[in-house]
Amino acid sequence: MVFAELLGRLNASALHHGGVEMVGIASMGLAGLAAFGYLTYKRRWKWLYREWLTSVDPKKIGVMYIVVAALMGLRGVTDAAMLRAQQATSVGASHGFLSSDHFQQIFSAHGTIMIFFLAMGLMFGLINLIVPLQIGARDVAFPFLNATSFWLFTAGMMLLNTSLAIGDFSAAGWLAYPPLSELAYSPGVGVDYWIWALQIAGIGSLLAGINFLVTILRLRRPGMSLMKMPLFCWSVLGTMTLVIFAFPILTVTLTLLALDRTLGMHFFTSGAGGNPMMYVNLIWAWGHPEVYILILPAFGVFSEVVSTFSQKKLFGYKSMVWAIWAIVLLSFLVWLHHFFTMGAGADVNAFFGVMTMVIAVPTGVKVFNWLFTMYRGRIRFTTPMMWFLGFVVTFTVGGMAGVLMAVPPADFQLHNSLFLVAHFHTMIIGGVVFGYFAGLVYWFPKIFGFKLNERLGTYAFWCWLVGFLTAFVPLYILGLMGATRRLDHYDASMGWQGLFIVAGVGVAIILAGIGFQVLQIIVSIRQRHKNMDTSGDPWNGRTLEWATSSPAAPYNFATMPAVTTRDAFWTIKHDKNPPKPHYTDIEMPSNTAVPIFIAAFAFLTGFSIVWHIYWLALVGLLSFVTLIIVRTTSDGNEYVIPAAQVREIEESRGRS
Amino acid sequence: MSQTEAIEKDSTSIFGFWVYLMTDVVLFASLFATFAVLRNNTYGGPPGRELFSLPYVLTETLLLLTSSFTCGLAMLAARRGDKRTVLVLFGITFLLGVAFLGMELTEFHHLAAEGNSWRRSGFLSSFFTLVGTHGLHITVGLLWMGVMMVRIVRAGLGRATLRRLTMLSLFWHFLDIIWIFIFTIVYLLGAT
Repeated sequence: MVFAELLGRLNASALHHGGVEMVGIASMGLAGLAAFGYLTYKRRWKWLYREWLTSVDPKKIGVMYIVVAALMGLRGVTDAAMLRAQQATSVGASHGFLSSDHFQQIFSAHGTIMIFFLAMGLMFGLINLIVPLQIGARDVAFPFLNATSFWLFTAGMMLLNTSLAIGDFSAAGWLAYPPLSELAYSPGVGVDYWIWALQIAGIGSLLAGINFLVTILRLRRPGMSLMKMPLFCWSVLGTMTLVIFAFPILTVTLTLLALDRTLGMHFFTSGAGGNPMMYVNLIWAWGHPEVYILILPAFGVFSEVVSTFSQKKLFGYKSMVWAIWAIVLLSFLVWLHHFFTMGAGADVNAFFGVMTMVIAVPTGVKVFNWLFTMYRGRIRFTTPMMWFLGFVVTFTVGGMAGVLMAVPPADFQLHNSLFLVAHFHTMIIGGVVFGYFAGLVYWFPKIFGFKLNERLGTYAFWCWLVGFLTAFVPLYILGLMGATRRLDHYDASMGWQGLFIVAGVGVAIILAGIGFQVLQIIVSIRQRHKNMDTSGDPWNGRTLEWATSSPAAPYNFATMPAVTTRDAFWTIKHDKNPPKPHYTDIEMPSNTAVPIFIAAFAFLTGFSIVWHIYWLALVGLLSFVTLIIVRTTSDGNEYVIPAAQVREIEESRGRS
Repeated sequence: MSQTEAIEKDSTSIFGFWVYLMTDVVLFASLFATFAVLRNNTYGGPPGRELFSLPYVLTETLLLLTSSFTCGLAMLAARRGDKRTVLVLFGITFLLGVAFLGMELTEFHHLAAEGNSWRRSGFLSSFFTLVGTHGLHITVGLLWMGVMMVRIVRAGLGRATLRRLTMLSLFWHFLDIIWIFIFTIVYLLGAT
């Protein structure tokens, strides 16, 4: 039938799902319907479109990144809870509630979502919100590109979630190692969904990397030399450098796997001259820098948080900067430690083992500098500070487990065991996630104009910390007992079930922590009049983002602050004779819907390739290219806010 | 926007484009590394020396190098504001680019027709992908050049046009450099 051929390999069987999957699809569908209904009932569609979706303001794009990341986080956590529930019950004669294939899809989706759509989303969200403010800029270097990055990220997210309802997702793990991920062993659409979701989101991240690197290098306030830059910006500069060098490798690797699967090439096939281990090398040449891409901004957040709440300038600023760049460099020299068991030989393994241990040195420098910053400071134990202290404990434990695994003979034992799973979750939850939570609480008043409820935040923190330890310490032990990762069933005689149940209880405690966080946001919104930040500087901060009102006006700063010292705002605050503001016209980029359409066509192209609907892929691609040509040849995408209006806005904000 | 702000903005854009080119360097570096790993994995198929004709590839190389030269001349004319010369020189650059692309596609077609397509072996997969990615970049460059020529005819050589032309010429020269590496590593080393 002609019609059937037009749809490639897409047919009605793509909509057949098991019971557990149907529950997932139904709950996502219901949530979507509820959001749609609410917006329609409140007549907020126009507002949403004008104020948010078409905005090129990095402060709004940042919030949208965080909303998408939070939603994806909820899905990723649900996946995690399902995995642990399966492992706690699927022992001996019982086979739990998930089929093996579904279990594999869930752990693949869990890892992919958490790294690409939770962690990366929170990271770019915070960067969008804070970097322009901290360097005293009105905007990023390329506002249109910034919106495009966000929408490509969202398109990737949509494609991944589409796989839940139409077809299925990859069952080949979060990094889809060949030959398993090759057509011969994964003939379905799952791996293709994985490839194109990451490809589209990854290109968005690469463009954002270029954008923020240029923003930091070119748009700083005059007077803010590199060595006067806040450490969060330094950490972002390091991260963006990593993005620029690492993400093209991901683009290539995904493309090659796609070429293998779609055009019958032989890069990573087990026959015909392909080399599966080359994929593992390539993906980790991106993948290892990627984990530092995630952690460096968290380090930057802690540098700001510890200094502000200890009410002291940061200890060892210069060594902090050098530590960041040492980590940036070293992160490209350790990728092989992810597969010591490849059999590269003792010399190669020894080199990568030593390099891996060396990374602990600059990281240690940073931890000690934070602790020395606290020493003799007047510490305020706010929730960001609690996240920091929790981080110091978990991150140090996880780091030591990492150094242990850097010893190749030890790694031969621990490779692919739950010990490894426990290690990297300690780094990513106890490091990255705690860091971003600290940043979100710390900067929340700057973004929304009111503080979060501290009491509920404290509850959330303790649930997270206790839940995290309960969930992952058993995994260290299980790993040493020989439990491998990705197990959906084991024999009762292994004696693992007790520890798996404890781990499951830990997940339940973490879920309570997330519940408190959701509650914290709801309660804080309702109590916002009590917790308003009218000063713009709720924490007695030191850096430029606190020099403007909360939330900041679209142009960030009406008059540009002068920068003479490292903690620029601290100096401005203590200046006895502040200069009188002089307002001028401000030119800002106009809103545009083009990025949404660019991303929509990227989605269409990706979806069509997944299902082999090549005519539609061509339509999508041509529309994509046409839009880019139309946009890049147009001029005058700016509007001007006259000086009088700027004065009006500023005076209404009480900070003229 | 004042004149200095505008100049500042242009130079930021051009700096951003340089950074983009660096990401493209990493992209090609990954493809070169892949080629280096797979170049001997012919899987019983023909190796490079039985497939490549050096005089043919040398002609391609000369076409591309000449196009870089005319592109450079076009930029000099653009800075002088000499619209006619700019259009003529970019026209020649465009035709040279099309000729290069035509030769490359002909080579690909011959290889595939003789049963040596990208499906034949790991070596040929990496060959087609590396050279093809360069060809895809050339295609994008040609498209961009066409769009710019239309713009020059319609809007002249204003500041915004000059900024875009600067980026285009950077891109074009960059592709030349990549081709020199392809010529050396894929063809010259492959033919021995």
